[in-house]
Amino acid sequence: MSTKKEAMSENQINLGEFLTKNSMTIALVIVFVLFYFLTGGRLLYAQNMSNLLLQNGYVLVMACGMLLCILTGGNIDLSVGSVICMVGGMAAVMITNRGISTYVTIPVCILVGLLAGIWQGYWIGYVRIPPFITTLGGMFIFRGIGRLILDSKTVSVQDAAFLNIFTAYIKIPGLDTDARILSPLVVGIVVVILIFYSTISSRANKAKKGYRQNSALSDFGRSVLISAVLLFYCYLLCQYKGISVMLVWVVVVCLIYHFITSKTAFGRYFYAVGGNEKASQLSGINTNRVYFIAYANMGLLAGLCGLLCLARVGSVNGATGTSFEMDAIGSCFIGGASAYGGSGRVSGVIIGALLLGVINMGMSIMGIGDSWQYVVKGGVLLVAVIFDVVSNRKSGK
Amino acid sequence: MGDIILEMKSITKEFPGVKALDNVNLVVERGEIHALIGENGAGKSTLMNVLSGTYPAGTYSGEIYYNGELCQFKTLKDSESKGIVIIHQELALIPLLTIGENMFLGNEKRNKFGNIDWDLTYNEAEKHMRQVGLNESAQNLIKDIGTGKQQLVEIAKAFSKDVKLLILDEPTSSLNDEDAKMLLDLLIEFKKNGLTSIIITHKLNEIIYCADKATIIRDGSTIETLVKGVDEFSEDRIIKGMVGRPMDDRYPSRAHKVRGEVSLEVKNWTVHHPLYHEKIVDNNVSFKVHKGEVIGFSGLQGAGRTELAMSIFGKSYGTGISGEIYLNGKKVDLKNPQQAIRSGLAYVTEDRKMNGLILGESIRFNTTLARLEKVCTRGVIDTTAEINVAEEMSKAMGTKTPSIEQKTGNLSGGNQQKALLGKWMFTEPEILILDEPTRGIDVGAKYDIYCLINQMVEDGKSIIMISSEMPELIGMCDRIYIMNEGELRGELDAKEATQEKIMSYIISATD
Repeated sequence: MSTKKEAMSENQINLGEFLTKNSMTIALVIVFVLFYFLTGGRLLYAQNMSNLLLQNGYVLVMACGMLLCILTGGNIDLSVGSVICMVGGMAAVMITNRGISTYVTIPVCILVGLLAGIWQGYWIGYVRIPPFITTLGGMFIFRGIGRLILDSKTVSVQDAAFLNIFTAYIKIPGLDTDARILSPLVVGIVVVILIFYSTISSRANKAKKGYRQNSALSDFGRSVLISAVLLFYCYLLCQYKGISVMLVWVVVVCLIYHFITSKTAFGRYFYAVGGNEKASQLSGINTNRVYFIAYANMGLLAGLCGLLCLARVGSVNGATGTSFEMDAIGSCFIGGASAYGGSGRVSGVIIGALLLGVINMGMSIMGIGDSWQYVVKGGVLLVAVIFDVVSNRKSGK
Repeated sequence: MGDIILEMKSITKEFPGVKALDNVNLVVERGEIHALIGENGAGKSTLMNVLSGTYPAGTYSGEIYYNGELCQFKTLKDSESKGIVIIHQELALIPLLTIGENMFLGNEKRNKFGNIDWDLTYNEAEKHMRQVGLNESAQNLIKDIGTGKQQLVEIAKAFSKDVKLLILDEPTSSLNDEDAKMLLDLLIEFKKNGLTSIIITHKLNEIIYCADKATIIRDGSTIETLVKGVDEFSEDRIIKGMVGRPMDDRYPSRAHKVRGEVSLEVKNWTVHHPLYHEKIVDNNVSFKVHKGEVIGFSGLQGAGRTELAMSIFGKSYGTGISGEIYLNGKKVDLKNPQQAIRSGLAYVTEDRKMNGLILGESIRFNTTLARLEKVCTRGVIDTTAEINVAEEMSKAMGTKTPSIEQKTGNLSGGNQQKALLGKWMFTEPEILILDEPTRGIDVGAKYDIYCLINQMVEDGKSIIMISSEMPELIGMCDRIYIMNEGELRGELDAKEATQEKIMSYIISATD
């Protein structure tokens, strides 16, 4: 009798742990289902699902960079939106007004973004100016420079080479014709095979070394769930134009940053500095350099985002990118990054960005105005962080 | 018996894993200066925090009678309303506010509209400042007056609260001799007007100078109360009471195997304070340690030992550092902790929570942090190798934990210390600097750490141990250096060292 009770309470603990660990994924599913019904199913239309990732692609890219800044101690970069305006504006002017080649423009523009990041990273990392102030300054400076470059006009880009690099849809000969598109499904199946292969090999490896591992049900259940969602998404892409180059850019960036933060020594230093800067310093970590790189890297990604935005919208003006940084910051915090630094994962950030994206898209489909979208987004952000803080307090951290 | 103002009866206070106070009794008569003495960590400050309500009634056992009345203070405010005011070692003044603002902080003088009445504030402030002989304008900023005067502001603040029983925790530790004497004279002056004071200090000459009685606390228990004019009231007598614990076999023995080669030699090492550049923290310190040797650094808090160790460890403390470091006879320049680690140095901090561990991360994460490249191939962490070394270290240190994935913040003090040691053993140091390695941990864990030290020196490594526990140094070291006020005051062979000898080196230096 008593053993039964114990077993039950253990199950409850596991359930509770499961809920806290995956709270944002569950929230995403709930919000998704909610909007699916509220929009009468239109949310799941192939075109909408394809656009969900493309519209929020720049947010995901920015959020990867922002995560590194936040990891160092809850520090944020306010200048991202302005850097996007400056770099996007520069690219538009170079291509449209000056007729400079796309292949020169792209590296130069990304370099300019990096330089903006280096500028801020230097002050933050080596002179220890508070990040909030440094990037607030940057926010004004780069916005101003962006407007100077644009001469306060709207500049559009029609250059096919440029647009192809960012917004075209991939057509694989043999798989994709005008009548039917198969490449997303093929890619999806390949990825699913890879997922199962890695699950099986990691389990075998752990078994061989005798490490504790999760139950087969949870490991494979997870793989099956991810695969199902992925295949369904690929199926939808097949029905609407296929895979966009933009999607490839975004996925590659997310994968790179996931790898850096979870697998490399370099990535671990961000967690160490955010967890305890003094202890990190005494462990021989160059903490100044960690701050510097976080912000230099943010500039680099902001530069890339400038190009992505320009390609997606087709034009840039002095107001482009306004408050974009807030979407990135919001995604990080909703995705479970700690406001005090030291914890947060790329996978969480992706969930956070998608959650915001689904809310935006759902409300837009329903015809609810911008103003209400702000109210709801703000509410979601606040609830997510309150949940994080309160649940951490309960677990006695 | 005279008129008793305060009686604390069988006070017992426990912290998780540590009994800080065990059945402590204290009787203070009205109008006397009562000194409270004991080594660092003996429980003096804890006792005063119990009295002032910083540790609220209910978190300790025992009774406090104040003016014959049983008191159960829940907060600092409760005790202050009765006229008990405590002045802490670290001054609780806000540098960028004026003297007057500081004096009435949280207790502001208001006019009938509820706004602050500045005229009244500064008037009252200056009135109390005159009482303590402070002739400043109350509108001066705290940061613009010296530490001596800041101490007087604290006392004036106590007067503004209508103090009957004044408690001073190490009031002279940051003062020069002249200011210190002035402060003590002031206390004697106030005594004539009926003020009762309890003074906590390490400086025995001050106790002889001003105190009427001295209560000695050791290891959380009251040992004795000496009364001036009745008992022998001398420094020697007090030292005997402070350190007179029996030395039993708390230290594992080792076959002495100090080798000839000097592994680390430091010459003429001078360090300045990181913020106040003109202040010298370590002055011209020279020492050396051989292979297979344990050396100790003894001294009071603030003697400059931690600062010495950290400045040697890749200049992680201080500015204007000068002097020379020789490793195995070769002169080196260690510019940052990374270079120090690579040269075979390791510094295990005294403050494991603030400077040692990343509490939100696992044992595994912390173990490899200081030498992460050892488990990396081309910058990518080999998770399997990392898990292996973390488990190995955890086992070697005897860390008690369900798993190496446990957050270090959830470990007990002793296990945190072992995790921290594991982190530094992983760097494979030749010279291990241990700063208060056994602070706040239980006897069993202490013994484990001593065994580990013995193991290291047996392997020909060198250990530098900083400790405030003299028996520990005498029990574990081959040689002991004694520091005070940033200077090396003596060197003793452990065989001839006694606590009295060490203490007398420290005391003589303070005069």
